[in-house]
Amino acid sequence: MAHVPMSVDELKQMAATVRCDIIEMICTAEAGHPGGSLSATDIVTALYFRLMNIDPANPRWPDRDRFILSKGHACPVWYAALAERGFFDKSHLGTLRRMGSILQGHPDMNKVPGIDMTAGSLGQGLSVGVGMALAGKLKQKDYHVWVVIGDGESQEGSIWEAAMSAAKWKLDNITAILDRNNLQNDWHVDELMPIEPVADKWRAFGWQVVEIDGHDMDAIVPALEGARQRTGGPTLILARTIKGKGVSYMENVCEWHGKAPCQAEADQALGEIRRDQEVQL
Amino acid sequence: MSHNTRSYHHVRPEVIPLLADGKLFSEGAKAPTRAAFAQTVIELGHANPDIVVLDADVSKSIGTNKFAAAFPDRAFNFGIAEQNMFAAAAGMATAGLVPFACTYAVFASLRALDMVRNSIHYPNLNVKIAASHSGITPGPDGVTHQGQEDLSIMRAIANSTVIAPADPDTTVLAVRAAAAYEGPVYLSFTRDPVPQVFRPDYPFAIGRAVTVRDGADVTIIAMRDLTAHALAAAANLAREGIDARVIDCPTLKPLDEATVLLAAEQTGAIVTAENNVYFGGLGSAVAELLVENDPIPMKRIGVRDTFAESGPYLDLLDKYGLSYGHIEAAVKSVIARK
Repeated sequence: MAHVPMSVDELKQMAATVRCDIIEMICTAEAGHPGGSLSATDIVTALYFRLMNIDPANPRWPDRDRFILSKGHACPVWYAALAERGFFDKSHLGTLRRMGSILQGHPDMNKVPGIDMTAGSLGQGLSVGVGMALAGKLKQKDYHVWVVIGDGESQEGSIWEAAMSAAKWKLDNITAILDRNNLQNDWHVDELMPIEPVADKWRAFGWQVVEIDGHDMDAIVPALEGARQRTGGPTLILARTIKGKGVSYMENVCEWHGKAPCQAEADQALGEIRRDQEVQL
Repeated sequence: MSHNTRSYHHVRPEVIPLLADGKLFSEGAKAPTRAAFAQTVIELGHANPDIVVLDADVSKSIGTNKFAAAFPDRAFNFGIAEQNMFAAAAGMATAGLVPFACTYAVFASLRALDMVRNSIHYPNLNVKIAASHSGITPGPDGVTHQGQEDLSIMRAIANSTVIAPADPDTTVLAVRAAAAYEGPVYLSFTRDPVPQVFRPDYPFAIGRAVTVRDGADVTIIAMRDLTAHALAAAANLAREGIDARVIDCPTLKPLDEATVLLAAEQTGAIVTAENNVYFGGLGSAVAELLVENDPIPMKRIGVRDTFAESGPYLDLLDKYGLSYGHIEAAVKSVIARK
């Protein structure tokens, strides 16, 4: 099991491992969502191996930090991070989407140790996070709530209901990370239904906005640490990402939102990810 | 007087003489069940610091603004944003709070239904959904505020428990029971005043239907505000020599199958009565049970396949076929088919 908290270099290595897990798991399942899993990988890796106060041996520890993947279809990245962090045995990863598996097509909190909230229907996770953050304030716990939302998901009106409420209650114990990968199921986000100027929208809703390259671990870690330390209100980290990041033929290609690679494609992807990993060493 | 008080159970003695001719509705003591809920949640709040109340800009109407006054740190008004409120309630429940999320039935069961299904019932979280204005009891407000489908919709969702108490005093018992139950509970309340029917010894339990009038010829199974109408119908039918059993069924789900099947066996005909669309709710639940076990003559009283309109509550019940006169006609028609 990996030691934590990791250095930035170790996080980069772990992110590559998580990317390999994602490719293998979706290839074996012959279904799943690689594009949005790979765009969120560096952020999720930084959270689970550096930022979050959690205990894999006690996944429902009341004082733990909470993580919600509101864009629940990207759950392969969550499953891989939890398995690598020791919440459950890695052998489960080969059972994604199979009958009887703990790893449902969208995450189920009652089946998987470490999943803090069931997700899948979009536009709900930030509201759930607001509820967790309010409960933390009321119960005087110092846990932090981390919510990853999608840019396509930001078309859901309920995201903005949640944004308004987090600002009303000055929730400084919640951070939303917008995985701004520019693509959704059907097409480009900003052609299908534009969300720009998205940073200004969040600021107008009362959030502090921090913009980063969502694949630069040297930027991700301080942004997350800063968000945790900020008092007085919620923070939105606008993480500019690449859908399918790390696999050449998937990057910025809409079709890889919800398509599984065949074995040959997976082998190529794993080769590319491992080569990048070696370059970083 | 032909009234035999021994044939009634848990019915207030002063109510029994008012049952015939529907005098109960003009002369008896009345109150909306939403008000009993609002009082009870304050009592629960004193007993359990984890109980919180969530509102969506109708706290003055439901009466939960009184909870907010008593427990300002534990009351959260989300504004006109029901979707956010219900998903936030789910988040609170994961952290050990016991949220009562309050709005009107139409908004709880329709506008926010995706959140209610996917963030509350699928993960089976301990959220209490408190829905006022259920049925066509917001008479004057009209169709957009009449929750005439909520019971059917909520019954269709896995992990759901659906409760609709008949009167103010049984509402107190139902809200206490919901708070003590671990898991999602949908509580349905009336906007309009309904008669105080039952004594405080009413044996409320989740999943229990209660025989409130003995009878051998037919059984009327009713819920929420139509239980009083069922009792009024039975009193009128008695004068015509028809001995109707009345069962109050405050828990739509899980249905008390044993009590329904015993009534079917002993009386041989059943009428259901609900202020709710006549498909998917109480009538459907009873019909589904009977058709697989003991198919006997049956008729369903409920809102037919239509929207209602603005109007006085009791007049609407009459026009849309729900009041005691309609129940009496339904009873006669099923007895004729025995």
